[in-house]
Amino acid sequence: MNVNKKNHQRKLSELFMAFLTYGAAAATFGVLFFLVAFIFVKGIPHIKPSLFSLSYNSENVSLTPALAATVIATPMALLITAPLGVFAAIYLTEYAKRGNRWVILVRVTTEALSGIPSIVYGLFGSLFFVLFLGWGYSMLAGVFTLSIMILPLIIRSSEEALKAVPDAYREGAFGLGAGKLRTVFKIVLPSAMPGILAGVILSIGRIVGETAALIYTAGTVAQIPANPMQSARTLSVHMYALSTEGFHTDESYATAVVLLFVVILINAASVRISRRIGGRA
Amino acid sequence: MNCFGIRGLNLYYAGFHALKDISMDIEAKKVTAFIGPSGCGKSTLIKTLNRMNDLVEDCRITGEVRLFGESVFGGMDVNHLRKRVGMVFQKPNPFPMSVYDNIAFGPRSHGIRSKYELDEIVETSLRNAAIWDEVKDRLRKSALGLSGGQQQRMCIARALAVAPEVLLMDEPTSALDPVSTGKIEELLLTLREDYSIVIVTHNMQQAARISDSTAFLLLGDLVEYGGTEALFAMPKDKRTEDYITGRFG
Repeated sequence: MNVNKKNHQRKLSELFMAFLTYGAAAATFGVLFFLVAFIFVKGIPHIKPSLFSLSYNSENVSLTPALAATVIATPMALLITAPLGVFAAIYLTEYAKRGNRWVILVRVTTEALSGIPSIVYGLFGSLFFVLFLGWGYSMLAGVFTLSIMILPLIIRSSEEALKAVPDAYREGAFGLGAGKLRTVFKIVLPSAMPGILAGVILSIGRIVGETAALIYTAGTVAQIPANPMQSARTLSVHMYALSTEGFHTDESYATAVVLLFVVILINAASVRISRRIGGRA
Repeated sequence: MNCFGIRGLNLYYAGFHALKDISMDIEAKKVTAFIGPSGCGKSTLIKTLNRMNDLVEDCRITGEVRLFGESVFGGMDVNHLRKRVGMVFQKPNPFPMSVYDNIAFGPRSHGIRSKYELDEIVETSLRNAAIWDEVKDRLRKSALGLSGGQQQRMCIARALAVAPEVLLMDEPTSALDPVSTGKIEELLLTLREDYSIVIVTHNMQQAARISDSTAFLLLGDLVEYGGTEALFAMPKDKRTEDYITGRFG
């Protein structure tokens, strides 16, 4: 009798746990699906050819300039930050001695930097790049602000990726007399590449989705920037501008659909690239 | 002729005295085995011979190790030392790249670029490690797809590819099944014609089967060192006898 009761209780709690896990999975999927569906339903009917006109005016509400600015700003920021971040991570994992005070300082700093809200980066960029250096509202000021913002992200993910490379690889290479430089760049770095690229993909997501850090640095002019000193707005800033102005909410949704596709496209491309690089093994 | 001459070697990890005043000569073109229970310092000793202990922070060494008369601690370039003294590790550690690139990594590190030369080195090394026939059709495929025993023989081939004079093996069969172990032991018996081999093993039967000389270490001391047959048949030290008769360890 007692055993039966215990069995019964166990079955009930198992059922309950199953309900919780399936429920959580369903809720997550549901929220995501609802969000995407909502944007699609509101946005897709308003995607018109005029939305893709070469230049923006209040008639066509073209998103082309914003798309161009996004496509230009993302690789620029990555070009500045990715080498810097990856090399910093290589220093931290491969060269610095354990317990080195300088290393601890760098680690604490990156941790702190990654927790700062992006509006603070925007304020800094506006005070330093826009005013102090006199660059004005410009792509360059925006890109540099973004670079600083994603630096901790790239350092952290690269560091984790490098740390995950088994020491057996390093031993193997050193044991052949390969030396530090060759070991790091021919063995350790290629093995860590998929992890590093995952960090880069995350950073792309942050760049493409950023508004607060850009409004006060790159400005909000809706034009295809002819040079880095001109102001421009990315797709996210464009959406923000359209929704706050309140006249073009429909187009804002349409822009969201395009932004969604841009993000999916970038992610798919990054996965491809990381497979190509990491998959050579 | 001796390949290694070790005199008064002491090694400390931070405060821990891991090797205590070790002096021994290791003969060239012979197989020398280091045996002893876990933590006796046998792996530490073998890693001193190609200075892999340099990688360990807080590791301090006093005394002298000479490779064919040349001090390995003095002016010798550590990468050159490791080219002359190859190493095979406990767990097979193929790099995540093709079999060909694994073998060619060492020679390329030492400046060999010509494809013709590399092709030849790759084939000879794999043949000498008795794995050529198993991998010749998949040289361009990832080495991670090989079985554990194949991976270890490929690692031996990789070590041979830089044309070392000495081969250090740190428990090379402890992660392998009996069949793979047998293949590697067979391989060692052919390799000893061309190389001086130092092997660490926790397996006394293995030491008895393949080595010419055996050193027994205990708690950082070199307890007994001599011809393998004599050492196993008539150990001079009580502790050696206790160990090889299985009373501890």
